Amino acid sequence: MNKMQKALHELSEMDELAARSTPLHALHPAAKLITTIAYILVTLSFNKYDLSGLVPMVLWPVLLFQISDTDVRSCFYKLRIVLPLVMAVGLFNPFFDREIILRVGSVGVSGGVVSMITLMLKGLFCLMASFLLMATTKIDNLCAALRSMHFPSMLTSLLLLTYRYVGVMTEELAVMTEAYHLRAPGQKGIHISAWGSFLGQLLLRSMDRAQELYSSMRLRGYHQHFHFAANRPFNGRDALYAACCILFFLLLRFISISQLLGGLFVR
Amino acid sequence: MIEFQNVSFAYEKDRYVIRDLSFRIEKGESVGLIGANGAGKSTVMKLILGLLQGEGKILVDGTEVRKETLGVIRRKLGFVLQNSDNQMFMPTVYEDMIFAPLNYMMSHEEADRRVDEVLARLHLEDLKYRYNHKISGGEKRMAAIATILAMEPDAILMDEPTSALDPYNRRIVINTIRELSQTKLITSHDLDMILDTCGRVILLSGGRIAADGPAEKILKDRALLEANRMELPLSLMGRM
Repeated sequence: MNKMQKALHELSEMDELAARSTPLHALHPAAKLITTIAYILVTLSFNKYDLSGLVPMVLWPVLLFQISDTDVRSCFYKLRIVLPLVMAVGLFNPFFDREIILRVGSVGVSGGVVSMITLMLKGLFCLMASFLLMATTKIDNLCAALRSMHFPSMLTSLLLLTYRYVGVMTEELAVMTEAYHLRAPGQKGIHISAWGSFLGQLLLRSMDRAQELYSSMRLRGYHQHFHFAANRPFNGRDALYAACCILFFLLLRFISISQLLGGLFVR
Repeated sequence: MIEFQNVSFAYEKDRYVIRDLSFRIEKGESVGLIGANGAGKSTVMKLILGLLQGEGKILVDGTEVRKETLGVIRRKLGFVLQNSDNQMFMPTVYEDMIFAPLNYMMSHEEADRRVDEVLARLHLEDLKYRYNHKISGGEKRMAAIATILAMEPDAILMDEPTSALDPYNRRIVINTIRELSQTKLITSHDLDMILDTCGRVILLSGGRIAADGPAEKILKDRALLEANRMELPLSLMGRM
């Protein structure tokens, strides 16, 4: 299996993860979407030096990993490409912000280090929340939820088609990479001299296939508007879940659990 | 049901792949469209479906294929693509099957019922919630036919329905095609399959009709077939 086939496999794994049956999967997609957005907003709202306040925000994704029976390792594995980028966001803070704002024993910790860790954790938590949303909600159901929240049909169709197009392009890339390596044994990657024609071919081939897929959709009555399989109605349980989660986020935001716990041990 | 009146089509200026083509397919007829590569078989299909626009007149159930009538025309036609991967674009077989009925404003309950009926008819109940990328080539081809049957079209157009299938799956597809009551237009190089499923054959050559008549008669004509870069069906070779 080459890298592209693995990528394709991972993409299909996400669909399979989302199709499982757990209490979290059973919730209405809109409830999950609203709570994820609320979680991300609350997480991002923490002050850059408020590390102790931010850390307890990890409780929600940890809880969801348990409820949805999702492997944490698979989350980090699937996010392995984007995680370093998120981690790199605050990398230069220690160089610009050198003021010591706290001491751990006799070691002074600068504001730059604290804000760097805070930024990294914010990115990590937001990615985990997004991953959990995708791992517990099918893309079609998510788009249906967006439509029910009066998102423009054009945007939801675009989202769904882009998601599908990524699969088509990856499939073509997998075939082309395999064909290349069969005729270039022992070569690591694709030689730079072949990149131009390789990318051009990839674009043309994936566009051809996308065109064929689109024709197939049009022939089955598609007119720029997806009729998603019906989500069940948003019920009291979904509302309760969303309300409890948002209340929990607000509690974590305005009451520092770390300080409360610390207060039990330090006078 | 389907009528071509002096239809011509060129992908590039003055390089016609379909030339002055005229034929008529009656309701309920099963017609095989055969010919060598580049003879214009797929172009004929695309012209009927309105994916290409040529010169002349094409009628489907009395309605001319024009931009304004495409909605009505396509509601009546089901097209099974050669590459099932290009047809099955949703994650599961069920989602693919329900796609067309929902687009045609059918209620979810009715669409669900129709999906179940078609799956039961083709004995594909086990495939309903299977992932498209995880089913075999034969299953995928059958599922592709099922997605089209869920539309309840008046006519079914099939592009190489038995290509890349092993003998067992090929036989299943052939038996399924034989049981379909709709008008059928099938393009294929698999002449044995055409012989099994079609009562009439249209042989295309260079965008023109080289022969049109009963399948048995045309597919037994070795000279005609060889003149058009084809061979006798394997099942007839021993008899000649």
